[in-house]
Parts: sequence; C-alpha cells; structure tokens
Amino acid sequence: MSLTQDEQTPRPATGEAVAGVSAVTPTEPRRLAKRKRQTWREAMRRDWQLYSLAVLPLIFLAIFKYGPMVGNVIAFRRFRPGGSIFGDEWVGLRYIELFINDPTFWQVFANTAILGGLTLLVGFPLPIVLALMLNEVRKKYFKRIVQSISYLPHFLSIVIIVGMVMQILSLQGTVNQVIEAFGGEGIPFLQRPEWFRAIYVGSEVWQTVGWGTILYLAALTTVDDSLYEAAKIDGAGRWRQTWHVTVPGIRPMMVTLLILNIGMFLQVGFEKVLLLYNPLTYETADVISTYLYRVGLVSNNLSYATAIGLFQALIGLVMVLSANLISRRMVGTSLW
Amino acid sequence: MVTETSAKNPTKPTGRVPRKQQETTGRRVFVAVNATLLVLLCVVMLYPFVTVLAQSFSSAGAINAGKVNLLPVDFNVDTYAAVMSNGTFWRNYGNTVLYTVVGTSIAMALTTTYAYVLSKKHLKGRNTLIGIAVFTMFFNGGLVPNYVLISSLGMTNTLWAIVLPNAVSVFNLLVMKSFFEHLPKDIEEAAQIDGLGWYGIFGRIVLPLSKAMIATMVLFYSVQYWNDWFLAFLYLDKTELFPVTLFLRNLIAGASTTTSEGAAATGSTTALLSTNIQAVTMILTVIPILCVYPFVQRYFVSGIMLGSVKG
Repeated sequence: MSLTQDEQTPRPATGEAVAGVSAVTPTEPRRLAKRKRQTWREAMRRDWQLYSLAVLPLIFLAIFKYGPMVGNVIAFRRFRPGGSIFGDEWVGLRYIELFINDPTFWQVFANTAILGGLTLLVGFPLPIVLALMLNEVRKKYFKRIVQSISYLPHFLSIVIIVGMVMQILSLQGTVNQVIEAFGGEGIPFLQRPEWFRAIYVGSEVWQTVGWGTILYLAALTTVDDSLYEAAKIDGAGRWRQTWHVTVPGIRPMMVTLLILNIGMFLQVGFEKVLLLYNPLTYETADVISTYLYRVGLVSNNLSYATAIGLFQALIGLVMVLSANLISRRMVGTSLW
Repeated sequence: MVTETSAKNPTKPTGRVPRKQQETTGRRVFVAVNATLLVLLCVVMLYPFVTVLAQSFSSAGAINAGKVNLLPVDFNVDTYAAVMSNGTFWRNYGNTVLYTVVGTSIAMALTTTYAYVLSKKHLKGRNTLIGIAVFTMFFNGGLVPNYVLISSLGMTNTLWAIVLPNAVSVFNLLVMKSFFEHLPKDIEEAAQIDGLGWYGIFGRIVLPLSKAMIATMVLFYSVQYWNDWFLAFLYLDKTELFPVTLFLRNLIAGASTTTSEGAAATGSTTALLSTNIQAVTMILTVIPILCVYPFVQRYFVSGIMLGSVKG
C-alpha cells in the first residue's frame, strides 16, 4: 500500500485522537491540511514497521537513561545496598538539608563555578577567533594542514591528555627545564593548588580549540558573498567587512553554542579533574562531581551523593532553559 | 547514487569564491602575522606528541635528568620491548579492541534505526520520540543512580557495563537524523510504490545510500569506545578485563590497583620511575587513532557539518 493513497482517505475518527501528542510537524503546512485527523490506529497500520524499528532504542533509553533519572528518588529515600534500587523508605529532605549545611559542598560548588566560568570565558571565544583566522587563509593546503593538526587532540583519550600534561609539567618536564634555564626554581605544578585552574583551562583549550572551529567554519561557508561585495562598494575595509558581515553571519551559531556551553557549565570535565587532582590540590581542584564521586562511591553515602548530583543536574537544566529563553527574546535564536 | 552525497557535501571548499582584494601593505602584514600565529598554534598542538615520542625512545636516566625534549636521548627500544612483552598490556589492548567492536556495533544498530524513524516527518508521535531522546542531553540520571542501576543489573565485571551505558549518543543521533532527512525522497517513494515496506526501504535502499555517513558514525563511536576509561574504572575490578586506557591510567596514577583513591600519595617519585613506560604505552594506545586519522578526518568534519548546518 502506498503512502499517498492512505493520505487521501482519512478516517473521520474523533474519539481516538490522543491528546497531548503533536503528531504533525508544523514545518509542513501542506501535509498538515491533508492529515488533520490521523488516528493512532491508522498510523500504526501504515507505519508499524517504522514504530517497530524504534522499539529497541526506546527500551535502551528507558533503561539506561530514564532508569537512572527515576533512580534519583534515592535522594529522598534511604538506600540499602542490595535493596531496591529505588530505595526503601522516604526520608524527606534529609539529604538535601545535609548538603546545604555541608561547608565542603559550598567550597566545591564555588570551585566548580570558578572552573566552569574560566573555561567558558577562555574556551568559548577562542574557537571563534581561530575560525576567523583560518577563514582569512587563502592557501588551501596550509589551511587544511592547520585544521588537521588542531583537530587531532579532540580524538585523544582524556587519560592520554592528562598523561601528557603531567609529563610536560613534571619537575623534569619541558616547562621546568625552561624555568631552570632562566635561573628559576622548578615548580611541582600538579602539587600546587594555585596552578590547578590554569592547568585545567589550558589543557581544555589545547584539546578543544581546533575542533570547536568546525561549526563556525561551516557557518562561514554559508555567508553570502554578495554581502561582501556590497560592503566593499560601501567602502568597508577588511576589518569592517569581518565585523559587519562575517560576524553577523555566524552569530546564530555563536548563540547556539553559547547556550549549550552554559548548560554544560557545571559539568566541568569530571573525568579530567579526577585524573588531574590530588589531595594536595583539593582546595581549588575539587569540584561537585568529584566530591560526590568520593562521597558516594568511595565512602558509600549513596543517597547523599545522589542528592548532590540531582541538585547539580537541575541547575544545569534550569540554566539551559533560561539561556535559551533569553536568547530567543533578545537575539531570536534558540535551540528549539 | 554515490555522487549524490558528495554533491551535497557542504564542506566542499570550492563553494566559496575568494574575495578579491588589493594587496595593500597592511593586508600583507596581516597575512604574515596570521600565518605565523597559525604555525605557532600547530607547534603547540604537536609539541606534547613529539615529547612523548622522544621519551618513549629515551633511557629512564636521561628523562629523570630532564634532558629529553624534542629528540630522544640515549636512543633505545628497550622500553618498547619491555612493554610489548607484558602479558597484561596485550590482554588489556585486546579488551579495548573487543569493547570497541562490540560497543560500536550495538551503538550503530540503535542509532541508525532510531535516527531513521525520527527522520520520517509524517510519523505520528515523531516529536515525542525526538523529545524523549533530546531530553537526555540536558538532564541525566547522574553518577550514583547510574552506578546503582548497573550494579543491580549484575553488569559489574562484564563487557555490558562498558558497552551499554553510552550506546546512544544523542548528538550522533541528531546528525544521522538530519542526514536521513536530506536523502532524496523520490527513491524511497518509488520503492514504496513498488511495494517495499519500511524494513525493505531502510535495509535495501537507505543504508546503501548512506555509506559515507555510516562510516563517519562508526568512527565517532569507535573513538569514543577506544578512549573510554571511566566506565571501566567504575565497573571493572579485575585486571584481566581492563581496557588499555585503564592500564595506562593506573601507570600514570602510579597505582597497581583500581582502588587507588587519590593519586597524590604516590607523588612524583613512583610516576617518575615509569615515565618512559608511560610514554611507550601512550604511543601504543594512540597509534591506531593516528593511523586512521588522516584518512577519516574529512568524514568526521563533513559529518558534523551535515548535522549542524542543514539540521
């Protein structure tokens, strides 16, 4: 049976339309008119094969993504190892109160915000600058080589990155060799809390700056060349062309990525911190996720750690939603 | 058929006509400065690799004396011989290969089918199905509930704890979905008129048309599984099950067991002794990625662009 035939004979079903499910995409007004009252029965009859393809992925998402979300209830319930994964009895807001009154929590919260803020501040604009620089390169092979080299760190395991960082910053490493060559004293960087943030942000930028240009370079290819011609006729030089044509051309992409980055703000590279930090640097290095890792999985306070994790996830969600709302109001771009 | 995909490829650098400009002095200075900065960037990007490579061929004594930078000192391949004769290393390396192959297969099966379903704009309930996936991008269960779930499913110390939890990347899913959306519709419609069901259309027409995209996704997932260490760190405590990344992590942390909470206690002395062993392990772990990278990076890039610009 063909798709078009079915479309032309819609059943006048009224009662079966399921409320709350928007079945038609608003982007297709023509089809919208044709299929106003499509019932689930019809949809199933025509597309059961498609729906069946979605079954396994849905089961996967239900177990491995939504399962843990529901599992967050143990933030409000007493959890006994070996007992139900959803906990045994309600304890109300006990664990929430516990972390709100925990000074260490606020310390790691501040560390997280500072580390996330610095990463955003340095890590967000640099790919834009690099993309604009690459955009000015006219020799194609040179551009391609620079791109290939700068994308490379993106594909490395975080373990390797941290390994490299540790070797370069070790007492025998290159940085200390340079310091000593100038008569300075070697610094055990990884043991010094005051260096942690610089090390973290620096290695983060090293790893992500190249890859971060891809989306901007893609957006740059869509900028209409006639706009440059027009700007030139109006007497705009190269800098003003960049400022008034190129930058507005990639602004939607900038906003989108900014929203995404803000949403990830508090999820500062957990794995990287875990590999890079040590008790000597906890003072600046310990972040929410590493703290809850130690509290939850090392010291086995599962409910307490879950409460912290839930709090962090909710803040993240709220931040994405508000960034999205603000950008829709102010710039007219949004994720959805 | 195949040309269709390449013609749609937005990465094509020729698509952009270079702006004509009069070569003023200012412009020439700018070009020179720009090029210099980019060359510097490349040096910074490559330096760590070069150093590690140099260390891997140097003697421990030279490294500890702080003599090794760009070139090996006391060139030798003893460390390579030592690491390569280590049974645990090879076993862990084999585990990495196994986890990568199994994980990527599962991930591809789930991602392609779901992305195809989501790409059908007429499908009733489509927005709900998309929402179910996208929501997991912005809100997740968190570390502890995940841990509790995997443990209670009895997956600790099994392959499943490594391959299943991250089997669907929503980002990859959306890239794939927008790729399917931009496939020419008339072929599918013709197949439908010929009486082919969705299974047939997907398996016999859509998948063969999407080879380049599938290759990209396979590589994305392979890199993800190859590089993962954290799931193994959480859920495996038998050395013979470790992937090579965890082997390396334990070397770096100077610890022989997974229970090494806080690498600090070990300090720099332990780590120092094994610097060249670390370097060799790092090189051997990175080599497969470095080998495929030059050939596949354009697919990576075009995949990302396809998903973002058109989506």
